[in-house]
This record gives sequence, C-alpha cells and structure tokens, in this order.
Amino acid sequence: MKIIVLVKEVPDTYGDRKLDLETGLADRAANDAVPDEIGERALEVALTYADKNADTEIVVMSVGPNTVPGTLRKALAMGAASAVHVMDDALMGADLGLTGEVLAAAIRRTGFDLVLAGNLSTDGSGGVIPSIVAELLGVPAATNLSSVEISEGAVAGVRAVENGSVNVRADLPAVVSITEALPDARFPNFKGIMAAKKKPFETLTANDLGINAEDESKGRSIVVAVSERPARAAGVKIIDEGDAASQLADFLVQNRLV
Amino acid sequence: MSDFPADSILVLAEVSPTGTVQKSAAALIGAAAQVGSPIALVVASPGQAADAAAIVATFGATRVLVAEAADVATSLTVPGADALAAAARLVAPEAVLISNSIEGRDVAARFAARTHSALAVDAVNVSRDDEGIVAHHSVYGGSYNVDSAASTGPLVITIRQGAIDARAEGQPLVAEALEVVSSGAAAATITGHTEATVAANRPELRGAAKVVSGGRGLGSEEKFVLVEQLADTLGAAVGASRAAVDAGYIPQTSQVGQTGVSVSPQLYVALGISGAIQHRAGMQTAKTIVAINKDAEAPIFEIADFGVVGDLFAVVPQLIDAIEARKK
Ligand SMILES: Cc1cc2nc3c(=O)[nH]c(=O)nc-3n(C[C@H](O)[C@H](O)[C@H](O)COP(=O)(O)OP(=O)(O)OC[C@H]3O[C@@H](n4cnc5c(N)ncnc54)[C@H](O)[C@@H]3O)c2cc1C
Ligand SMILES: Cc1cc2nc3c(=O)[nH]c(=O)nc-3n(C[C@H](O)[C@H](O)[C@H](O)COP(=O)(O)OP(=O)(O)OC[C@H]3O[C@@H](n4cnc5c(N)ncnc54)[C@H](O)[C@@H]3O)c2cc1C
Repeated sequence: MKIIVLVKEVPDTYGDRKLDLETGLADRAANDAVPDEIGERALEVALTYADKNADTEIVVMSVGPNTVPGTLRKALAMGAASAVHVMDDALMGADLGLTGEVLAAAIRRTGFDLVLAGNLSTDGSGGVIPSIVAELLGVPAATNLSSVEISEGAVAGVRAVENGSVNVRADLPAVVSITEALPDARFPNFKGIMAAKKKPFETLTANDLGINAEDESKGRSIVVAVSERPARAAGVKIIDEGDAASQLADFLVQNRLV
Repeated sequence: MSDFPADSILVLAEVSPTGTVQKSAAALIGAAAQVGSPIALVVASPGQAADAAAIVATFGATRVLVAEAADVATSLTVPGADALAAAARLVAPEAVLISNSIEGRDVAARFAARTHSALAVDAVNVSRDDEGIVAHHSVYGGSYNVDSAASTGPLVITIRQGAIDARAEGQPLVAEALEVVSSGAAAATITGHTEATVAANRPELRGAAKVVSGGRGLGSEEKFVLVEQLADTLGAAVGASRAAVDAGYIPQTSQVGQTGVSVSPQLYVALGISGAIQHRAGMQTAKTIVAINKDAEAPIFEIADFGVVGDLFAVVPQLIDAIEARKK
C-alpha cells in the first residue's frame, strides 16, 4: 500500500504569530517554522500501519518555501520512505484553491492508495484542503476521523461532528483527514536521522505539475485589508484570603454578568 | 437567464441527519440579508425537506430551493455538494454562505474546487463594498482582522458558528423543488451515527454569552463537575482546555482554543487553566475574562480582567454560594 501523508510547515504556535500588515501574508520570519503537529499525527497513523504491514510505502509531501525541507527531513527521520516538496515563488501566498490544485497534481503524479492529512492546520485553519484534494482527484474523502482503521482496499473510522459522531467507510483510493484525538507522533531516533539523509527527496515546481498559478479564469481568495488588534491588558489580580469569592461575585454583579 | 435577483446570496441551510434545521441556518440567513437577497437551499432525505423549508423561511429566506436526495443519510458530503452546484447554476449568486461546521466545510471545499470559486473560511461577518461581497476574518487567535474577497466569480464563505448576531425577518414560504443531477463523484459511506447527549438546559458553547471552562487543575472527571455547577449558576456554557480533554474529563467538542472552538463571549471564566498561548487563541476576544488559578505566575492572569490567585476547590463553591445569595 502506498500512503501519502500531507504535512504542512507552520509558524510555531508557542510564539506570537504575525501577519505582514502590507501583504496580509503570514510573516514567516517572525517564528520558527515547524511541522504542524496534526500532520505529524497523520504520519504516526501511517507509521503505525506500516509497523504491522511490511508492504507499505510512505511518502511525505508538502507545499511551501525553502524551510520546508527541514520539516520533510524530520518526517523521513521518523520513518517515511521518501519526500516530495513543491516549491515555487509563483505559489507564495497561494490561496486554498491553488494549494489544493498543487497538492492534487503532486499526489496524482506520485501515485497513491491512501492520502492522510490533518483535519485543520494551525495557521490557515481552513480545514478544507483534504476535501478539495479529494474532489480534484475524484476519490472519496473521510474527514475529521478520531479513529482510523486501514485495511486492504478500504478505510473506516469514526468521524467526530459537532452534535455526535458518524461511522464512515470508503474504498481505496481515498483521502482521510484525522483529528488530534489520535496519538502524538513518535520521536525520530539517531538511526532514523542518519537514514533520512539518504532517502529520496524530490523538489518540484508548479510548472513540473502543469499548474499555472496566474490562471485568471479561476476565482481566487484575495486579502483586501489587514489590521492588528490591540493586545489585552491585565486587570485586577487578588490573592485569596478567604474573601476572594465574595469580591469576585461583587465584580460580576457590578458588570451585570450575573 | 436566472429569474433570481442580481444580489442573490445563496445560503446552504444545514439540516441534521434526522431532518432538524440547525441553528446556524438562522445566522447564515441573517448575515446574507445584510448584504443581499437570501436564497436558501435545503438538502434533506425524501419526506423531510418540506418541514425544513418552512422553518428556513421563518428565518428570512425570500425563496427556498428544496432538494430531496435519497442518499443524504448514507453518502458523505457529495449529495450536499451536488445540490449546491445545481442551486448555484440556477441562482448565479454573488456569494454562497455555508456554516463553518465540519460537514459545512467539506461541502464548501468540494463545491469551491468543482466550480473554481474563491473560498473564504471561518468568517465572522460579511459586508459589501463597491466591488462586491467581503468576508471578515479574525485570525491568529483574534490578534488580526483580515478582510478577503474573490478575484472573480462568487465568493464561497464559511461562517464561524455563533459569530453572527444579525437575524432576518421571517418571510412567507416560497419553495421550489430543485432538480439535482448526481455528479457521480466518489463518496465515503455513512454506516451509522450517534447523537451526543447534551445537558438540556445548558447553552451551546459556540455563540454562548457566558462560558466557564476547566483545565487540568480540576484533577479528575468527577471533580470537573464543579465547572458545570458554576456554569449552571451563571447560565453559562461549559468549555475546557486541551489538557482537560486529553485527560478525559470532558469530550473534545468542548475544547476551547487553537485547535478547538473559538469563543467571544461577554464573560469567560477559566478555572485551573494556565493560559497557554494555544488556549488563549480561542478565548482572548472575550469581553470580560475571569481566572482562578493557584499559581500567581500563570499566563492566564496576563489577560484576565479579574484574577484570583487561590485554590479553585475553595473559591468556586464559595463563589457559587455568593452568586446565589446576590441573585435573591
Ligand atoms: C491566517 C490565515 C488565513 C487564511 N485564510 C484563507 C482564506 O480564507 N481563503 C483562502 O483561500 N486561503 C486562506 N489562507 C491561505 C491558506 O491557509 C493556504 O492556502 C494554506 O496553504 C492551506 O490552507 P490551510 O492551512 O488552511 O489548510 P487546512 O485545510 O486547514 O489543512 C488541512 C490539512 O491539509 C494539509 N495541508 C494543507 N496545506 C498544506 C501544504 N501547504 N502542504 C502540505 N499539506 C498541507 C495538511 O495535512 C493539513 O493538516 C489563509 C492563511 C492564513 C495564514
Ligand atoms: C498544536 C497545538 C495545539 C493546541 N491546541 C490547544 C487548544 O485548542 N486548546 C487548549 O486549551 N490547548 C491547546 N494546546 C495545548 C496547550 O499548549 C496547553 O498544553 C494546554 O492548554 C494546557 O491546559 P491546562 O491549562 O488545563 O493545563 P496546565 O497547563 O497543566 O495548567 C493547569 C493549571 O491549573 C492550575 N491548578 C492546578 N490545581 C489548581 C487548583 N487546585 N486551583 C487552582 N488552580 C490550579 C495550575 O496552577 C496550572 O496553571 C495546543 C498545543 C499545541 C502544540
């Protein structure tokens, strides 16, 4: 089975993330670039399956700038067999539709039985790339799964939705996205880090994939205004000496919050 | 030629598998009415669509397109996307509004990819300027406001649940059956579903005016009940940190933050939550923030309007009594 895992590189969420107020694009210099945690969890799903099924090939794939090889190398060190990086200045600031087209084209070129993705990235937080990719590839999408069972020829799982959960199943080839209910990823070990250096690593441009980023016939999402909200300031802080509850109740009453 | 108004805004009204119109539909129609003529689409199992259409009209849809699809309950996303594509062809809308729910996002994604339309996600409002419809986003935990628009064609917008207060005036039902030709796109199969049990008298987290959240500091599922008790005293919804969810105190649907729900209530009370940046990303736009934490250095105090350094197991029961006393 050939599994492609989509891993996005994102600004580290442990820092204050910034947007460029001129362009509205993520300010990539403001934070460390790290693999998105949910993409690593998706990779863990693939690695766990590969642990039990020797005949599994895992390809990690990412669209992004020249820092992305660091993210993909980490994924290789964790156990993926090869990596595909799509990098092109023409894709800078790509919207969801264009990113989806690029990923779908790269996935088609690589070939797959199963695509595994995160349900939602921590920077764009669109939560739509997996379904866009499935639509463009003409395959079923089983998204937002909090449990995944991969078998020969099919995938099944529990899809967590707002008011409950749904059991779903899809024949392969298919696209699956997972939630953070699935386990954290393993750490790369020394052997993995050394092995990663020799693994196949392909770098592609939009042109290689037959994508015209400037196609004006397609609707694109454009940023028309950006502004920064003033940071919040701290208010009162009291130490409980037995009457904090009473003072807090007064505060709530004064502010008509009771 | 379409006989729909030039300023038509197509709204996909979300209907549950059992045929109930979701609350989000009223907000979507409310938002659409601010910028154009709200035309609603209802996609439901045969026999369920008529009732749903009648409800959607009371929310203010001037016309309701009704698509009955035998496979909505068994086939994931594709029946909704197919119906939406048919409706958009008929209406030629300026924008398409869909709930930013899990199912809504999937339908929006397939529809936008199929029709090469621009997609604006997780918008908190919509407006109109000289060039058309604009989506307003609150990003990076509310640190930035971003406006987006389509370069060409309709803008497909998913609207954050609970973000829109506007409601439109009810309209007389003008329903028409929509003919949908199946795209034949491969879909995942729905093999079963379980509805979550929600406390009947407690507000929903998304869009709640007051939220009381608990973190790892609660220590156990049994003791997390204290969060619920304070919430009920205040008439608030219940939320949680990811650590509380991971520890199994409460289901994931209650998680507030970066990878959970974003809330903007009048009052947010954080109990035993340290205030990690990823948690703050989901609540720092609250009007008033109250925190109770035994660690005076906890980062939650940096954004709290009223902070109590103390043991929550001592303070919260007293607070419940004090509020009850002041209510009398
Ligand atoms: C704050 C912010 C707001 C934005 N809002 C919009 C908007 O409203 N409309 C719009 O068109 N664009 C928007 N963008 C741009 C959009 O985020 C990018 O196009 C992005 O590459 C993909 O979207 P996402 O991160 O939201 O993906 P999601 O759909 O949230 O990602 C889900 C999963 O898809 C996979 N994936 C996504 N992107 C990549 C990638 N580049 N490489 C590998 N795997 C990937 C990962 O597995 C990920 O976990 C926004 C960007 C930012 C920073
Ligand atoms: C990619 C990513 C996404 C994430 N998304 C989210 C998200 O969506 N939401 C989220 O919440 N987190 C998220 N996190 C996790 C986040 O980093 C923190 O780990 C988490 O918020 C911590 O939860 P907590 O505050 O309950 O626990 P802790 O940080 O352990 O804090 C517990 C607090 O309780 C206090 N306490 C203990 N006992 C008492 C007592 N008796 N009385 C009073 N106070 C007490 C302690 O002083 C402490 O401050 C994410 C992390 C990553 C990497």
